[in-house]
Amino acid sequence: MTLNREYLKEVFLKGPLGLTVISVVLGFVVGAVVLLIAGFNPIEAYMAILRGIFSKPKYMSYVIIYATPLIMTGLSVAFALRTGLFNIGAEGQFIVGAMVAAMAGYFIHLPMLLHVPVCILLAASAASVWGGLAGYIKARFGVHEVISTIMLNWIALYLSNWSVTLKSFGKQGTGKSYVIQETARVDLFGQWKITEAGIDFIRSHRFWGDILKSPVNVGIIFAIILAFVMWYILNKTTLGYELRAVGYNPHAAEYGGINVNRSIITSMVISGAFAGTAGALQVMGVSHRIAKLAAMEGYGFDGIAVSLIGNNTGIGSVFAGVLFGALKYGGSKIQDAVGAPTEVINIVVGTIILFIAMPKLIRMILQARNKKG
Amino acid sequence: MNSIDFSHKAVEMVDVVKKFGDFTANDRINLTVHKGEVHALLGENGAGKTTLMNVLYGLYQPTEGAVRINGKPLSVKDPNVAIKNGIGMVHQHFMLVEPFTVTQNIILGNETTKMLGMIDIKKAESEIAALSERYGLAVDPKAVIQDLSVGAQQRVEILKTLYRGAQILILDEPTAVLTPQEIQELVGIIHNLTREGKSIIIITHKLKEIKQVADFCTIIRRGKHIDTVEVDQVTEEDLASKMVGREVSFKVEKDPQPQGDRILEIRDLVVEDSRGIPAVNGLNLDLYKGEILGIAGVDGNGQTELIEALTGLRPAKSGQALVREKEITNLTPGKIIQQHGISHIPEDRQKRGLIFEFDIAENLILENYATEAFSKGFTLDFKRIYRNADQLIEKFDIRPQNSKLAAKALSGGNQQKMIIAREVANDPDILIAAQPTRGLDVGAIEYVHKALVDQRNQGKAVLLISFELDEVINVSDRIAVIYEGKIVGIIDAHDADEKEIGLMMAGGTA
Ligand SMILES: Nc1ncnc2c1ncn2[C@@H]1O[C@H](COP(=O)(O)OP(=O)(O)O)[C@@H](O)[C@H]1O
Ligand SMILES: [Mg+2]
Repeated sequence: MTLNREYLKEVFLKGPLGLTVISVVLGFVVGAVVLLIAGFNPIEAYMAILRGIFSKPKYMSYVIIYATPLIMTGLSVAFALRTGLFNIGAEGQFIVGAMVAAMAGYFIHLPMLLHVPVCILLAASAASVWGGLAGYIKARFGVHEVISTIMLNWIALYLSNWSVTLKSFGKQGTGKSYVIQETARVDLFGQWKITEAGIDFIRSHRFWGDILKSPVNVGIIFAIILAFVMWYILNKTTLGYELRAVGYNPHAAEYGGINVNRSIITSMVISGAFAGTAGALQVMGVSHRIAKLAAMEGYGFDGIAVSLIGNNTGIGSVFAGVLFGALKYGGSKIQDAVGAPTEVINIVVGTIILFIAMPKLIRMILQARNKKG
Repeated sequence: MNSIDFSHKAVEMVDVVKKFGDFTANDRINLTVHKGEVHALLGENGAGKTTLMNVLYGLYQPTEGAVRINGKPLSVKDPNVAIKNGIGMVHQHFMLVEPFTVTQNIILGNETTKMLGMIDIKKAESEIAALSERYGLAVDPKAVIQDLSVGAQQRVEILKTLYRGAQILILDEPTAVLTPQEIQELVGIIHNLTREGKSIIIITHKLKEIKQVADFCTIIRRGKHIDTVEVDQVTEEDLASKMVGREVSFKVEKDPQPQGDRILEIRDLVVEDSRGIPAVNGLNLDLYKGEILGIAGVDGNGQTELIEALTGLRPAKSGQALVREKEITNLTPGKIIQQHGISHIPEDRQKRGLIFEFDIAENLILENYATEAFSKGFTLDFKRIYRNADQLIEKFDIRPQNSKLAAKALSGGNQQKMIIAREVANDPDILIAAQPTRGLDVGAIEYVHKALVDQRNQGKAVLLISFELDEVINVSDRIAVIYEGKIVGIIDAHDADEKEIGLMMAGGTA
């Protein structure tokens, strides 16, 4: 028993979990202080968030739906970080994935069993190219991936915006693309919901009916599968060994006969595929089309936060994504409930990340010093 | 002997015990250092030397025991108290702010101010210049740290302690990072310091240096005080066996063995360094099976570039290197390892040789993770990976015996054993060993040398690169002297004359 407690203490204090939990708590504390200063009752505001998350099954379903793309962009960032790369480009890879999925979903005619995988594969491949390009630029010309991926984000944004102006793809004048075909959708019971039986079911079953009022889709399952895939690749395969070796110490990897440049490209390709899948599933499960974007939507950038909070692991990203999704969705309610600005949630999230990142920063500085000395 | 004032005990540490949890790092250690004395602390890696000095410097509180400075009991609660009492410490890892100048670093936390709290840099600079003049510590007070050599950075650290009025200087493994010339300069500095009545405690495991500079030597083994001896009264062998706890032989035992077939042939090789200057400049060399060929030379004469070219880590500009008549220049490291049978113990083991975050088992497969031995298709075969690790840990006596331990948790000697284990397990035809004993203590050095001889006895060819001439002469069968990127002479190790080789290393002709 004492041994067990000792063990838990060890994991909590020395491992990343303690740091994360403390940071999350501190994030809420700082958010509360800000609310107080702004003249709102933080307890009321937080209760409103909690109600906004838990009081109806539909709300919880929405939290999952919000979380799904964030988990996957989080995985994208986490995968790259674990291999020593900072993929700021999950945003652009998400956009490319969404665009290609929307096109494949609209133009290609296939039975559902084929259409869905074809859409996802095409979207993931296109996003892989987008990510891999940044990897190639780094490997070939030594340009840091942060710089190249930021540029690629903008190119992706304008490419996507341009695509909806095409006559064949965009509904003229609306700034939106045509909706994808039913066979390319991953909604659960999407068509059935609007049949009489479906409407009946929603009316008569309080719990499941309520959940069905949200755009439930299979995305979360994909997200969890991808988290597993990431863990498997990194920890169980020879490829993962290579990528991690390069991430930790490219000099030693090179010495051991690993092709460092190829690893960088491969890692960015996989990272891009994760973000692209996120974009594809967002289109196939929720929006069913893409629209002209005035600015970045932030899925990829939020993925950075998710990855950091999740300690760059697969399972961590799943939980962090759900936390983030809950805060985003629940937080949108406090405006109505207590009149406090929704931005408070951004402060909470920002603070959490700050606290999580700071010990890492300090550790990183120490390690850099050690390596030199 | 230096001018020691035996009536004045500068430092007395009495029955000092320091525990970390259940682990006793220092177990009743006694240490007395007089004014004007150089006192060496000798012990293997992990013996507890740094811990003891950290107690003296106030970084750690002793669990038991007492510290007296200049005869007065003193409880050193933190380094500030130590500094006030004239104790200065130069740590194993320097604590300098790289983008700052020498002066800024030295006065950091101790700034003399003019009116309105302005820092008086001019005054500090002239004081520092005077100090460095007085003790022969050549540094430019205006130079920026990151532009300085390691030796110069160390002099800055020494100046920093002197600037703060240190009478007792602790130097933690000061020579580990220095070139032979810099070591001689340091010896001179130490003599200057003791002449002025300062006391020096120097941690090292190089016995030669102890003989050269120290008056007394205290030996620590596994946290215990083994002995304190007058250095003049003992031999290097005595010191070594006290330190390791068994007889240590410096002579490398090896029977004569006929030279085998030629395995490596280097012809007119030219390799540029990172600045594009040819560091290896038309080098010719042959290596035969069953021999250890030592390359003697002063650091910076193309050794690093030669090894990197032979292992695929650096392109060759022109010329050839042939293994069994097949060209290996400009192949990838992977090809050279897998297809041409070259293994390599790298010069910079932390940068090249291992991955800190990987555990021992993962580090042991760095070159072979994708071979049949450790993988099935795309997946790693962890059962075999850990079995391999357990076997090598046993065979090469890597401690602690825990294959799941991260490499960064190992001592330098054990990290090196891990690398050697991996490279030898590759069963190479050619083993390139670059500075394989740098920073290791005598016990570990003996071990490494045995491992190299063992390879040679099995008919492998060993190419040894070392800046320690003793090592080259002791271990090799033949010695090639490198100077400015060329081999300037090859000598049979039997007829080796240290003076003659030294002259060739410096560019003179024999
Ligand atoms: N802060 C610490 N906490 C726990 N163990 C330590 C600490 N510092 C040193 N040790 C242990 O004490 C022993 C002696 O270390 P150290 O004094 O650094 O050895 P040396 O300087 O002789 O190589 C080692 O086994 C080391 O792991
Ligand atoms: Mg030490």
